[in-house]
Amino acid sequence: MSDLKVDVRANLRKRSAVKEAAIKAFFFVNGITAVVVLLGIFGLLLYTSVPAFREIDLKEFLGSPAWDPTSPEKAEYGILSMVVSTFLVTIGALVLAVPIGLGVASYLSDVAHWRVREIVKPVVEILAGIPSVVVGFLGIVIFGPAIAGIFGLSHGLNALNGSILLAIMSLPTIISISEDSLSAVPQAYAEASLGLGATRWQTLVRVKIPAALSGIIAAVMLGMGRAIGETMTVLMATGNARSFPTGIFQSVRTMTANIAIELGEVPYHTTHYYALFAIGLVLFIITFLVNMAADIVLRKYQEREQ
Amino acid sequence: MDERLKIKTESLNFYYGAKQALQNVNLACPEKRVTAIIGPSGCGKSTLIRSLNRMNDVIPGVRAEGRILIDGVDILSPRQDVVELRRNVGMVFQKPNPFPKSIFDNIAYGLRINGLRDRQKLAEIVERSLRGAALWEEVKDRLRDNAFSLSGGQQQRLCIARALAVEPEVILFDEPCSAIDPIATAKIEELIFKLKEDYTVVIVTHNMQQAARVSDFTAFMMLGEMIEFDRTDKIFTNPSNKMTEDYITGRFG
Repeated sequence: MSDLKVDVRANLRKRSAVKEAAIKAFFFVNGITAVVVLLGIFGLLLYTSVPAFREIDLKEFLGSPAWDPTSPEKAEYGILSMVVSTFLVTIGALVLAVPIGLGVASYLSDVAHWRVREIVKPVVEILAGIPSVVVGFLGIVIFGPAIAGIFGLSHGLNALNGSILLAIMSLPTIISISEDSLSAVPQAYAEASLGLGATRWQTLVRVKIPAALSGIIAAVMLGMGRAIGETMTVLMATGNARSFPTGIFQSVRTMTANIAIELGEVPYHTTHYYALFAIGLVLFIITFLVNMAADIVLRKYQEREQ
Repeated sequence: MDERLKIKTESLNFYYGAKQALQNVNLACPEKRVTAIIGPSGCGKSTLIRSLNRMNDVIPGVRAEGRILIDGVDILSPRQDVVELRRNVGMVFQKPNPFPKSIFDNIAYGLRINGLRDRQKLAEIVERSLRGAALWEEVKDRLRDNAFSLSGGQQQRLCIARALAVEPEVILFDEPCSAIDPIATAKIEELIFKLKEDYTVVIVTHNMQQAARVSDFTAFMMLGEMIEFDRTDKIFTNPSNKMTEDYITGRFG
């Protein structure tokens, strides 16, 4: 009788141990998948990029502004114009989006009635779901002509147009995450500040925003990541000129737009084909560095806060 | 009572939405004395003290009725400048809440928001405030360190120094020792005792010994009503209300 009981228990224990191990393995596989996919993408990019440098000098690739792979005389593979264009459009977007985003976030967290916040915040987040092609369409039919009209240009398909659209696209991220981090600032800080006779504005600018800075920086970096990688919008709205950009009213072609335009037409396994992957690799490295920088900044602030 | 009154509430009612937290409270705090508010949890003592500098305003949906007179001026009046009021009526909170800034910047904050830029002057007032809060000797060599590097008791004295820096006339203490150890508590009590030379002090505490030690007057509250208000020695030796007696002798609460 008691022997039987012991037997059953041992059996149960064994079965639950097996189950435990299976569950652990399942979650381990899930967790590792993201890492494997990331490494896979990086590996593939690297693998398809390397053949490009059998014919292209790395210095020319990174340092020359001339990109003309289909030239009948001499094919040129310089990506500098595109890199600069990407940064021009992205930085322009941030210049527009950061002040507006921070303003909206501050309004939602500190000024707005809670009912307003409950409505506005989800709406802002829905904004993030608008397909980029739709945003690009707005650029062509609304912002482009408006820019052309205001500044007296022949057309409005230029870097500024791209920046405005990318600003619109990165705003939801910046607003949503900044608002979260402002709302997460302990009420005790605000009370301490108000208790000393600070106005709400002083409390916001001198206490709450500094205290929420790590989150705000993360928000900006995420918004920037979105802007750098965006393809369809800039492809539609910036004019796609391959020249080196000299100002925000110039038509530009970003790295992403260039890949999207040319990859469909290029013969496989040519230098041109490999070079496009190399651009992708450069883009990958840039976004990686941006993310890493954001991470380092975040960590520094979090350490200081502890 | 032949004392000059600094703060006086007249038939103060206070509501969080539909819930009434204070009922017809008449509190009178004499100038340059320590007035303690005691009572069981949820009796409204924190609500009362937070009304005195309108700190409850930050909570949505609150409403106050009646009058709160400070130096004879009704601070509940819509014409009252809340910022001005809070400059005059400083507050030390339940949990030490220094800003995530350096010790120096914590004290200087209240001065800087008032537009004081002069470094010499700032340094002077910071030192004076820290001395006033009996913290100077402990931190004078590390004013640039983050305030979070201080112990809990030191942080609370830093918060007191921060309140002193803007030179208020009244200082409100909302259970200032509930989050710190007994030795740090003793230091703060000593400090409060000294502060009444220059300031009118109101302190909320649920530690009755503390009220007996530091205060001149004591108000006993229950369920949003003020049950008894008298000189501290009278309240603790010969209370006139049965409920007060039951509370201070530990029969409930």
